[in-house]
Amino acid sequence: MEQTEYDYLKKIAPEPGNLIKGLQAIQAREGYVSDDDIRAAATYFSLAEVEVEGVLSFYAQFKRNPPGKYRICVCDGTACHIKGSALILDWVSTELGIKAGETDAKKLFSLETVACLGCCSLAPVMSINGKVFGNLDRKATVKILKEHRKK
Amino acid sequence: MMVSDKIKKIKVGTASCGIAAGADEVLELLRQYVGDITIEEVGCVGHCYAEPLVDVETVDGTVISFQHVPSTVAGVENVLGLGDRGRFTIPAGRRNKELHKVIGLAGKICPTSFEQYVENGGYDGLKKALSMIPQAVIDEVRKSGLRGRGGGGFPTGTKWGFMAAKQAEQKVLICNADEGDPGAFMDRSLMESVPHQLLEGMLIGAYATGATKLFIYCRAEYPLAIKHLSIAIDQIYEKRLNVIAGLELEIVIKEGAGAFVCGEETALIHSLEGKRGTPRFRPPFPTDSGWQDYPTMINNVETLANIPLIVREGGEMFASVGTEGSKGTKLFALAGDLRCPGLVEVPMGITLAEIVFDIGGANPAEVKAVQTGGPSGGCIPVDKFDTPVDYDSLKSLGAIMGSGGMIVIGKQRCMVETARYFLDFTHRESCGKCTFCRVGTKRMFETLERITAGEGVPEDLDFLEEMGNKVRSGSLCGLGQTAPNPVLVTLRYFRSEYESHVREKQCGALVCNALTDVLLDQEKCIKCKLCIKNCPVNAVSEDFVIDNTLCVRCDTCIEICPKKTIYRVKKGEGYYRGQN
Repeated sequence: MEQTEYDYLKKIAPEPGNLIKGLQAIQAREGYVSDDDIRAAATYFSLAEVEVEGVLSFYAQFKRNPPGKYRICVCDGTACHIKGSALILDWVSTELGIKAGETDAKKLFSLETVACLGCCSLAPVMSINGKVFGNLDRKATVKILKEHRKK
Repeated sequence: MMVSDKIKKIKVGTASCGIAAGADEVLELLRQYVGDITIEEVGCVGHCYAEPLVDVETVDGTVISFQHVPSTVAGVENVLGLGDRGRFTIPAGRRNKELHKVIGLAGKICPTSFEQYVENGGYDGLKKALSMIPQAVIDEVRKSGLRGRGGGGFPTGTKWGFMAAKQAEQKVLICNADEGDPGAFMDRSLMESVPHQLLEGMLIGAYATGATKLFIYCRAEYPLAIKHLSIAIDQIYEKRLNVIAGLELEIVIKEGAGAFVCGEETALIHSLEGKRGTPRFRPPFPTDSGWQDYPTMINNVETLANIPLIVREGGEMFASVGTEGSKGTKLFALAGDLRCPGLVEVPMGITLAEIVFDIGGANPAEVKAVQTGGPSGGCIPVDKFDTPVDYDSLKSLGAIMGSGGMIVIGKQRCMVETARYFLDFTHRESCGKCTFCRVGTKRMFETLERITAGEGVPEDLDFLEEMGNKVRSGSLCGLGQTAPNPVLVTLRYFRSEYESHVREKQCGALVCNALTDVLLDQEKCIKCKLCIKNCPVNAVSEDFVIDNTLCVRCDTCIEICPKKTIYRVKKGEGYYRGQN
């Protein structure tokens, strides 16, 4: 392991039980977990790379590709779904020219769906870099995207 | 700006839902203009439909609430001048039917203020518990009749009894805060609004059962809850409240990483150990062998948040509310097609009609069903709404109490599509360990996909029933055992909708894209061309006819039309180029 790059992991005790915490720390810094990160985590937590990969691929939170500057999560929880989240996803997808799970060429936007953001009373909702936008219709959705593009 | 001299204190609800509605901006503006008046950030009172909410406490002790406060100078001026606009009063239906016990302090105190919690009776329960012997605490919980609020409904006192009887060098108490049901946000509200109440419940539980290592396993999607809990834990350490009977307890927050199955206790333990979150066969039960083989007890957030009240007021007091088999109050997260979505706390035994219509303000003429228990539950049709809400009554209808998500489904929704949605969720969340769950839910999902795509056959319905029952009996954990519920229950109560999908190839609710057309009403059209300009596939012609061969049913034109002249119609009623 390179001494400098992964120094921040040292705050976490190198027990296998902390693997998820370690991977979360890696993702918090880089936005995703790369092959190099997997190797580093395996060394640090004394696990095989395949074990790290196994845990990584099990949990939806972990991303293996670099996200865009703005991470859009369209909520597809039950409340949002019956309030038309599939259409919201369609509109965002058309507006940005990317599908769920993709990042645009300029690395400005990445799009994904999430199971529930817990803001069901404002359904349908989406979040951009953690900030939640509620009561969406087409107009509001497109406006929010345009504002972020301008920033 | 005119600031009324009657104002003593201002409270702004800044839980996640408040922030999403713009409470942060309102708070910022208020701070600019209030001068010396104290502004406090409080949690969630449950009236999500009225957010952002601002409470103004006056010098004579009354509280004036403002709803939907706009983040504009005029909006803030109205609040600070105690104007007439946007005054909020709790709707009568809610006021009369609700009973706030466990969320009694939510939205009233600052979540991260230890002092405010103590001033309102906080940690009195712990103090009282410590003056009793552990067995007496367990007896009190047993007397209360409290059952696990995470969905299972196992008697909490009995579980505590099992745990206390175990002899081990270390015992572990885990708070299950992995609220994974899409459509449920009770635990989030509790953790964000009254984190100390949960922690007090955990400390009492630790004392009663002898646990010394305490975990809170919380979804990573709840950053504000994690923040408030971390602050509260630091305060507990500082006040040395974590030293119980001479033993120093360790309280650790662990963030989940997005796996629904981790709400299941043995899967949760695996995840805590840093492994893949797959469940395992029981026995041994976690109270015998759990986290790193130590005896481990897992309680849900709402369950533990009830404990301080039970100890403080006595188990009998708690048991005086509710029904024979289900005691106390229950939190529900109301959302979907209704006027007043939000968090509600009601006594057990209240009917679904009271919750959905009286409290939620839904219009009885427009409601088709209510979905309880998330992806594990079922859709209860409106003609069964006189059913009392308790563990056993809901079970008899084929649904479950679940953790408390309640989604109201309007008449304009398609039940087959709703069932498809839930199976889409569960088949992706299946951990893959049991064949029936892994493959069975996928086959069921594929069948529902075909039906909603207009390619279903009548035999599909029998297949769904047969496979559903097999998945139910052939799975190890709660996820698989309940995953077929949404399909089996909708087949039971809404079979006619399935029939029309597979036989007549029609979707009565006009939801399933493959079974609907889009039509532009030429007579009402004002020829503004917005639909033509915005259609992503150029399906609207220059003379305002929508070609359904090209249309992808994205609803863009329907949403954008200023005169609402475009709508969905039955399959075959729309225009198809070269056909009609």
